[in-house]
Amino acid sequence: MVFTEESLLVLRDVRKSFQTPDGEVLPILDIPEFTVQAGEQVVIVGESGCGKTTLLHVIAGIGRPDEGQVRIDGWDITLLSESESDRFRAENIGYVFQTFNLLPAFTALENVLLGMTFGRGRPDAARARQLVERVGLGHRMHHRPRQMSVGEQQRVSVARALANRPKLILADEPTANIDTGNQQIILDLLREGCREENVALILVTHSPEVAAQFPRLVPLAEINLILSRKT
Amino acid sequence: MNLWKIAWRSIQHRAVSSALTAFSMALGVALVVAVLVIYQILDRSFKRSSQGYDLIVGPARGGPLELVLSTVYYLQNPRGTIPYEVYEELHSGRYAGEVEAAIPIAIGGFYAGFPVVSTVPELFQTFRYFGDRPYEFERGQNFSANQIWHAVIGATVARRTGLDVGDKFKVTHTTSGQGTHEHTEEFEITGVLKPTGTPFDRVLFSNLRGFWEMHQHEHAVESADTGSAPADATTAGEEHPQEHSVQHPAEHSAEPSESEDAHSVTAVLVKRDWTNSARALELPRRIGQESPELQAVVPSEEVAKMFEGLLGDIQTVLLIFAVMIVITAGIGLMVSIYNSMAERQLEIAIMRALGAKRSTVMLVVLLESILLSLGGGALGVLLGHSLIGAFSGTIFEQTGIRVSALSAQPVELILIPGLIALASIVGYMPALIAYRTDVAKALAHGG
Repeated sequence: MVFTEESLLVLRDVRKSFQTPDGEVLPILDIPEFTVQAGEQVVIVGESGCGKTTLLHVIAGIGRPDEGQVRIDGWDITLLSESESDRFRAENIGYVFQTFNLLPAFTALENVLLGMTFGRGRPDAARARQLVERVGLGHRMHHRPRQMSVGEQQRVSVARALANRPKLILADEPTANIDTGNQQIILDLLREGCREENVALILVTHSPEVAAQFPRLVPLAEINLILSRKT
Repeated sequence: MNLWKIAWRSIQHRAVSSALTAFSMALGVALVVAVLVIYQILDRSFKRSSQGYDLIVGPARGGPLELVLSTVYYLQNPRGTIPYEVYEELHSGRYAGEVEAAIPIAIGGFYAGFPVVSTVPELFQTFRYFGDRPYEFERGQNFSANQIWHAVIGATVARRTGLDVGDKFKVTHTTSGQGTHEHTEEFEITGVLKPTGTPFDRVLFSNLRGFWEMHQHEHAVESADTGSAPADATTAGEEHPQEHSVQHPAEHSAEPSESEDAHSVTAVLVKRDWTNSARALELPRRIGQESPELQAVVPSEEVAKMFEGLLGDIQTVLLIFAVMIVITAGIGLMVSIYNSMAERQLEIAIMRALGAKRSTVMLVVLLESILLSLGGGALGVLLGHSLIGAFSGTIFEQTGIRVSALSAQPVELILIPGLIALASIVGYMPALIAYRTDVAKALAHGG
C-alpha cells in the first residue's frame, strides 16, 4: 500500500456521489488527478455547494470515495480499515473548520490537547501551551469557547490543527465566519504555522481576496470533471 | 488528556442535568445502603447482645421468642414468673453440672419509661458483653447483695434522666386497670455503668431482694386495705399484658415468708458449662422435659429464627424496592444521556474528525454513564450513612442497638461492580448512537 511518489497528496480517478432522498444518484466529485507537494500551500476556490467540503472529507478519510485512490505520504487511505484511517487522520491531518468546532466544555488549552489525544503517544502539554501562545492567546489559555470571540476561537482551532505535527492541514473556509479585521490574522497564523513546521496546507474558499494570497490557486472546476462538464 | 477527563468535561458541561441524574441515583443507592446496613447491624447487634449467657430459663407460658424479647431486649413484658427454686436448681442443684453460671432476674416496673430489672450483683461480674468485654462502672460501683435498696443504672438512663450516684428513684408499674402505681420505696443508685451499646444501657438494675421486699410490702398493704388476698397476679398478667407481671407466692399472705425459696423471678440467665458439650446441648430439652412449666431457650437461635422468618422477608422486600429505585434511576440516567446525544452529534463528529475511533467515542459515552453512576452511588453511600448517623440516637434509645454513620458493611462493596454494570447497560444505547454517528453529515449540519 505504500507508494514512493514524491507528492505528499495524490488523488487519482476519485469519484464521489450522493444519493438523494428520492433515490437519485448525484455525482459530486470526479477528479482524474490532483497532487500537493509536502509543505506546499494550495488554495482551492469554488462557489458554495460545488463540493469543496466533500473533497476535504475525502482527503481526510472522513468520507470514502466511491472509486479512486487517495494517497497521503505514500499511503492509500482508501485501503485502510476505518480504525486505521482514524488513526492515520489523527497523526497526519489537521483540520480547521469554517465554524471553528471547538468543544464547548473544554478550555482553549484542552481543545488543543484534544487534537493530540487520539494519535500515538501522550499529549504534549508543553507544545499545546506553546501553540496557544503562538496564536496570541496565552492570556486565554483556560478560557472556554463561549468566553472567547469568534476570531479567538478560530485561532484556537488553528493551534489545534497544528498540535499533532501533521503533514497536511485542511482548512474549510476558515475565514468565512470571521470579521474582516481578524480574517488576515487567522490566515497569517495558518500560513506561517504551516510554513514553520513544513506542513502542507489545502485551504478552500470562495473569497478571491483570500485566494489571491496563495502561490497556487486551483479552481475546483479545473480538477473536478463534474463541474467542468456543467460549465 | 485521557478519556475519563473528556467524559468528565461532558458531565460538567451539562451540570444541572448531570447533577439531577446523579442525585436520583444517589437516592436509590442511599436506600439500598440504609437497608443493608440497618439489617446487618440489627442482625449482628441482636446476636451479639445475646452473648455472655447462652440460655434463658423462663416460664413455659408464651413462646420462646417472647421470652427472648422480654428478657434480653425488654421489648415486651414477661409472660409470667418462675419459682426461685429454678435458679437454685440451675446454680447448685440438679442442673449445676451443666451450668457454669446462673443469674436470676425479675423484670417489672419502670422509671421514666426505662425498664427496671431486679437481679443480683454477680450479674456484672459473671457476664461479658460482645464476647469479652466486662461491664465497667463510669461512676460509683456495683451494689452489694445485702444493700437491698440499692441499684445501678445504664449509661443511657443516666444521660436521659439525669440520675447519678447517690440519687434515688421509685419504681412505677402498670396496674390491672391500665393506670400506673408508684411504689413508695426508693432505690439509691450506687453506680452508673459505662456505655456498652447493649440493651443494658437502657436499664435500671435494682437489688432483687429489695424488689421482693417492695412487693411483699405492697401486697401486705393491699391485703390490709381490702381484707382479702389480691387476685392471682400471673392470671392478671395474661389478661393485661401491660400489667406488672412479677409476683411471688408470698404475695397471697399478709405475712410473707423471709425465705428466698418463696420468691419468684421472671427468668434465669444461664451460661452453660461446655466441658461436656453433649450434656450442655441436651440441657434445654432436659429442662423442658423435666419441668413442663419451664422453657429453656437459646437466645441466638431464637433471634436467628426471627431474622430468617420475619426480618429476612422484610429485608428482601426492601431490597427489591431499593434495587427497583436504583434501576429506575439507571433508566433516568439513560434517558438523560440519550436526550443529550442529539445535541452532541457535532461534538462526536469533531472528535472523530480529530481522529477518534468509533469505539473511542462510544467508550467516552460509557465512561460518562459510569462516572455519573459511581458519583451518584458515592453520594448515595454518604447519604445513606448520614441518614443512619442522623437516626442513630433514636434507634439506640428505642432499641438499645448502637449504630453509627460509619457502620459500613462489606456487602456495600457489591455496589461498585453493580453500579458499573448498570451504567454500562444503560449507557450502551446512547453509546451506540455515538458509535453510529455519521461524521460528514453531523459536521455539515453543525456547520
